[in-house]
Amino acid sequence: MEAPLLKTTNLEFEVDGKTILKGITLTIEKGDFLTITGPSGSGKSTLLKIIASMLSPTEGKLCYQNKPVEEYEPTDYRKEVSYCFQTATLFGETVKDNLTFPYDIRNQPFNEKKALSALKSVGLGKEYLTKSVHALSGGEKQRVALIRNILFMPKVLLLDEVTSALDEENQTIIRSLIRNLNQEQGITIVWVTHNTVEIQSSNRIVHLVNGEMEEPK
Amino acid sequence: MNLAINNASLLFATALVGIALIVVYKEKLGLGKDILIGVVRAVIQLVAVGFLLGYVFNLNNIIVTLALVLVIIFNASFNAGKKSNGISNAFKISFIAILTATSLTLVVLLLSGAVLFIPSQVIPISGMIASNSMIAIGICYRNLNAKFKDQRQQVLEKLALGANLKQASITIVRDSIRSGMLPTIESAKTIGIVSLPGMMSGLMFAGVDPTYAIKYQIMVTFMLLSTTSIASVMASYMAYKEFYTESKQLKN
Ligand SMILES: Nc1ncnc2c1ncn2[C@@H]1O[C@H](COP(=O)(O)OP(=O)(O)OP(=O)(O)O)[C@@H](O)[C@H]1O
Ligand SMILES: [Mg+2]
Repeated sequence: MEAPLLKTTNLEFEVDGKTILKGITLTIEKGDFLTITGPSGSGKSTLLKIIASMLSPTEGKLCYQNKPVEEYEPTDYRKEVSYCFQTATLFGETVKDNLTFPYDIRNQPFNEKKALSALKSVGLGKEYLTKSVHALSGGEKQRVALIRNILFMPKVLLLDEVTSALDEENQTIIRSLIRNLNQEQGITIVWVTHNTVEIQSSNRIVHLVNGEMEEPK
Repeated sequence: MNLAINNASLLFATALVGIALIVVYKEKLGLGKDILIGVVRAVIQLVAVGFLLGYVFNLNNIIVTLALVLVIIFNASFNAGKKSNGISNAFKISFIAILTATSLTLVVLLLSGAVLFIPSQVIPISGMIASNSMIAIGICYRNLNAKFKDQRQQVLEKLALGANLKQASITIVRDSIRSGMLPTIESAKTIGIVSLPGMMSGLMFAGVDPTYAIKYQIMVTFMLLSTTSIASVMASYMAYKEFYTESKQLKN
């Protein structure tokens, strides 16, 4: 049998003597569509950040493709296991600054055509490319931020409540985009959400309560 | 030379301190003790330095001169390091930056013949270079701290997209270099109009022809531009890495 894509073993995360996550043992197979739910403050974002190597667990192990995460170069790993933050923050001055960044860090020329079609896929017209980041609504920022993560397709996409600032219509657009990534391109999705529609569309649900995991069988 | 100051005239100048003290007591500023400490320290430190410099100038020994330059650089680094507000290795970084800035600038000045390798020229010039580097580096540190705090989320986003430390920090680093260089550039713009800088004033005081004094001042201005740019670039490029952990995560 193939080794799981991602595996956490007894992950624990502690800050200032406060335990935020404990005993997280989770196996994520290639092509999984996993949702993580749980009350506010239960540690969902923290768990995603650990999986994204943005935080290091205090205890326990995280393996990617059968190798401890520490053995990967963080910059390479994060390009494959891509985290999209709960509160989208854009940098630079324009939307374009954000969309060129993934190309810049790979020393590749900006592919404007691809960026425009990505904007279109989340319901943003081409006039958005030159818009100032300060002129965008919360939901628009969220969608631009999401595009940054998928201009170069990662293997695993970690989504942290990425539809929370969107209206019903745009939520539907993003949901079908994500489902397509999963079904057509085989991207593994780990999605933190409170939304019942999103929870139902996944093939696995993990419930976090007080930093501990409850996975219904 | 018309340098007429003597101990008697200095004693009269003490009256000037008296004016400061009167203001302080009248306005109940509670600074009387600080003024007295400041005055006493200034006198003791300057007398000590005066004797030390007199001795070193007379000795005219390469090793002793260089040792004193090193002491100046060490002190400047120590003070710049204190301004870092917790950046790790700040002393080491400051020392490398100030040492490089001072040596490079000094070598150019010596090679060009603008400064002679005699203690009475090398030591004051090194002091000027080192103290300006120290101030520039202090500004860089302050800017780095402020920007890494303000733009923490942006930096995190860049890291999450797979940026390396330099790619995630470069806008902050450039901003910090700019901030370190800016005061020197600004003062170059107003020099002679607003301020008559110390070097030039000193030479004119000692009776040197102003047209000759300005040549030195022009040299000093150029020298400080070079110095603060070297120091700011080096300190900023070394210090930004200290904001990250080994696993390329942002600290705290
Ligand atoms: N750096 C930190 N320092 C101290 N406490 C933290 C830190 N990061 C997270 N926490 C705490 O850990 C707990 C879990 O936070 P986390 O952001 O993972 O929750 P969450 O499940 O994503 O919540 P929400 O649904 O509100 O986004 C919270 O109580 C939070 O206050
Ligand atoms: Mg959260």
